Amino acid sequence: MGSYQTDEYDIVIVGGGGAGLRAAIAIGEENPNLSIGVVSKIYPMRSHTVSAEGGAAAVIKPNDSIDDHIYDTISGADWMADQDAVELFVNEAPNEMIQLEHWGCPWSREPDGTVAVRPFGGMKTERTWFAADKTGFHMLHTLFQTALKFKNVTRYDEWFATKLLVHDGRCQGVAAIELRTGQLRAIAGRAVILSTGGAGRIFPFTTNAAVKSGDGMAMAYRAGVPLKDMEFVQYHPTGLPGTGILITEASRGEGGILVNKEGYRYLQDYDLGQPIDVTDPKHPQKRTMELGPRDRLSQAFIKEREQGRTIDGPYGDFVHLDVRHLGQKKIDKKIPFVRELCRNYVGIDPVHELIPVRPVVHYMMGGVHTNTDGATPLPGLFAAGECACVSINGANRLGSNSLTELLVFGARAARAAVQFAQKNDSIALEEIHAQAEVEQQRIREQFFQPSGGKETLAGLRTEMTNTMELGAGIYRSEDSLRKTCETIRNLKARFAHVELTDHSLTFNTELTTALELEYMLDVAEALAFSALARTESRGSHQRADYPTRDDERFLKHSLAYQTDGEPRIEYLDVAITRWPPGERVYGSK
Amino acid sequence: MGEKAEMTNQSADTKTKEYIRPMPANWWLKKKSYFLFMVRELTCLFVGGYAVFLLVLIYRARGTNSQEFAALFDGLNHSWAILLNLVVLGMALYHSITWFNLTPKAMVVWRGEERLSPMVIAGSNYVVWAIVSILIAWLAYRIG
Amino acid sequence: MAASDTTTSDATIALDVFRYRPEQEDEPEMQRYEVPYQKDWVVLDALNYIKDEIDGTLSFRWSCRMGVCGSCGMMVNGEPILTCAAFLRNYYPNPIRVEPLNYFPVIRDLVINMEDFLQKLDDVKAWLVPKEEKPVSEGEYLQTPAQLAQYKQFSMCINCMLCYAACPIYGQHPNFIGPAAIALAQRYNNDSRDDGNAEREEVIFSHEGIWECTLVGECTQVCPKNVDPAGAIQQAKVSHTTDFLKSVLMPWGKRQK
Repeated sequence: MGSYQTDEYDIVIVGGGGAGLRAAIAIGEENPNLSIGVVSKIYPMRSHTVSAEGGAAAVIKPNDSIDDHIYDTISGADWMADQDAVELFVNEAPNEMIQLEHWGCPWSREPDGTVAVRPFGGMKTERTWFAADKTGFHMLHTLFQTALKFKNVTRYDEWFATKLLVHDGRCQGVAAIELRTGQLRAIAGRAVILSTGGAGRIFPFTTNAAVKSGDGMAMAYRAGVPLKDMEFVQYHPTGLPGTGILITEASRGEGGILVNKEGYRYLQDYDLGQPIDVTDPKHPQKRTMELGPRDRLSQAFIKEREQGRTIDGPYGDFVHLDVRHLGQKKIDKKIPFVRELCRNYVGIDPVHELIPVRPVVHYMMGGVHTNTDGATPLPGLFAAGECACVSINGANRLGSNSLTELLVFGARAARAAVQFAQKNDSIALEEIHAQAEVEQQRIREQFFQPSGGKETLAGLRTEMTNTMELGAGIYRSEDSLRKTCETIRNLKARFAHVELTDHSLTFNTELTTALELEYMLDVAEALAFSALARTESRGSHQRADYPTRDDERFLKHSLAYQTDGEPRIEYLDVAITRWPPGERVYGSK
Repeated sequence: MGEKAEMTNQSADTKTKEYIRPMPANWWLKKKSYFLFMVRELTCLFVGGYAVFLLVLIYRARGTNSQEFAALFDGLNHSWAILLNLVVLGMALYHSITWFNLTPKAMVVWRGEERLSPMVIAGSNYVVWAIVSILIAWLAYRIG
Repeated sequence: MAASDTTTSDATIALDVFRYRPEQEDEPEMQRYEVPYQKDWVVLDALNYIKDEIDGTLSFRWSCRMGVCGSCGMMVNGEPILTCAAFLRNYYPNPIRVEPLNYFPVIRDLVINMEDFLQKLDDVKAWLVPKEEKPVSEGEYLQTPAQLAQYKQFSMCINCMLCYAACPIYGQHPNFIGPAAIALAQRYNNDSRDDGNAEREEVIFSHEGIWECTLVGECTQVCPKNVDPAGAIQQAKVSHTTDFLKSVLMPWGKRQK
């Protein structure tokens, strides 16, 4: 059991990033007699977790409290987060983070040797653990290297998953193409955990890597699992124009400020409090100005643009992030990667010059619908990380909550999957393998036969990203969303006329690009239709035609189900425990 | 040209042909840094060779009077011998300088969170070298 | 940034790209492509332009395009470099030669087989072997900033393998553990929380480990993250030698870390 010969495992994990590796370690440690298969389309240390910079939040200092972290998260989410899930998350976070430290994560330290924390957006107290400004990199490499210890983990590196294999109402494995040989095989498991990340690549300007094409979200969607809260897309306020490369929130946590064309700290006009001088020891003030929540900062940019106060550039307009007052020593100690990125990709040195920044797509709050154990409505299928929606992030995620989320829910999903696997012993191997055969046929027919149309992957992809930015961006309207929905449906139809030029089997990346585009179109469809249906504004979903929050009708999660035509949108009440819906207030103590 | 490696992957029934590029015998001529590395390695021969020469000289100088001692050096007055000595000197200098400059790689001195500058570590070699050279020169002057 | 941005001028630059299609041919060949020249494009942008607009059959690895995932290392004009950090303007107007990383078998086009490196990560036990067991309930291990500094540089390795592609020793002796794997082993050896020196010894302090290295030093030169693997190896040589001498001259003493 559990080898390349049989491709049969107790648990199969799809996606080898932070959540997937945490899940693998959890099972590796707690259930050494179980076998685990980790299927990843890239080598795990290349996963997008690696690009995260700023930090991971967990309550650890005496001046902090669990309730404060919970409240910050819930209010940051504009009350769209399930409070039972948030309570669980915040309570388990510190232990998970300490566990990661025990595995060797090189957290930055206080002089006395304890872990250091820094302030972050939307948080009342500093609780963001950090490893300089390469937190995701260090977390991922720590997890990957720790996972190497466990011999019951078998890795399928560079195997591209194409379909969930479901039989008898249970998910029993995944069909995947070995990139090196082009052959497709079934990898069977008593339980399957999806940890495939988000789908930022459906937008044109994103911090996300090439691999963020929503693979797991689309696979679940196609298997009848609903995608929850897809309309909530986070724009990170400070990405580099053109490339979209991330400039971490930590630069603001350490005291950086945002100024417009006139050098004015414009955030003070948007209900985010009043600025104090950068030399004031109380700067930066928590939950104020530049440390407000990401959705509000990105929205402020659009408003500034409408008033002509942003700066024009060859890749669109931008504003400036000023960290000069931090001084070289602090910059090199706390945000050295920011300095490196600015020098390499914009040719400026933030020690002496202003950094051009603009909002870029960064994170999907929505994803595969799960409960607090990471279980989806499809028995045997679990999900964790950005591809899942529990939901703890609701309508807007606070920075540094998602890295911690990977650990908490990666472990939870793993434990729930183990319980399920132990109760559901049998795998219908013959049926599973038969389904894989059919899937292989499907791919051969769809992509390698002449299709008689002249659609190109790049052309369709550009049209998709353009319509998403235009119609489903930071500010949306009925009109813009209808157009986008129609365009996406149209693009899906045209996708049938894609024929690949590369018909080879060995490492065919044109095929994987096509499969990724197919996934992205499904995710874009769920997103656009969910956004169209939500006629209110909440967190990161802003409707110009419905500018206010409507708790009466919409204090509910959207659930998008795939159909033969347009997706069917249903609603699910948000779980409220101790924090009745209130106003999000920033800029005051 | 290159070899094709037959490689069985995880599944028994398919194979992929990987291409292995041979490393040319003149690899060290392809890049300046590779060439300089080879020169550095080569200098060992000269330094080692000269050390052997000195040892032989000392051995031969046992029990000689000043006249016989001077005679030992007669053969070295030829221009080719002088040229050879100059070449060895050049090699020895290159050898010493490159290795002195590399000592910071092996020797790290910590001052709290900061490292002592590599310049200081490499520089201290030169300082010691200078001191020892002056000492030897002074001794030679005294004895000679 | 979208590879099909509108160009502001008609300037182009030529890329000579290594092609190897194992199903079609036995030998590789170089293929020339003309791509638009943009001042702030990197070689990766040019490759993506080729794939999107000219030749969809070109295979290569890439992901983050910001120098942290380590996927896109290739030989550009004979030097190993991350193609997401190799700016066209540094080569223009001359043609740019793009080949797969040296000293690794080529699977297809610019994609190499890196399984050897992954095996070595396993061999050197590149994970923390805790010095003392401590339950999570007791909190974090204490580690001062000075202790963190001891290994921090070596922890910055993104596994891009440019160092292997620069090391002629690895080219001649594929069994050589290599710069990145040894640097990662040292990262853990120097971590105050770790006690795995003895476990890693056999592999690191072997003929295929540090003693295969003759300090060519190219690995450190090409490393995009200033990990200084050459330094890691030489420091390991010093510590191994002093440990050995101590054990011989003072056999009664306990092994120092």
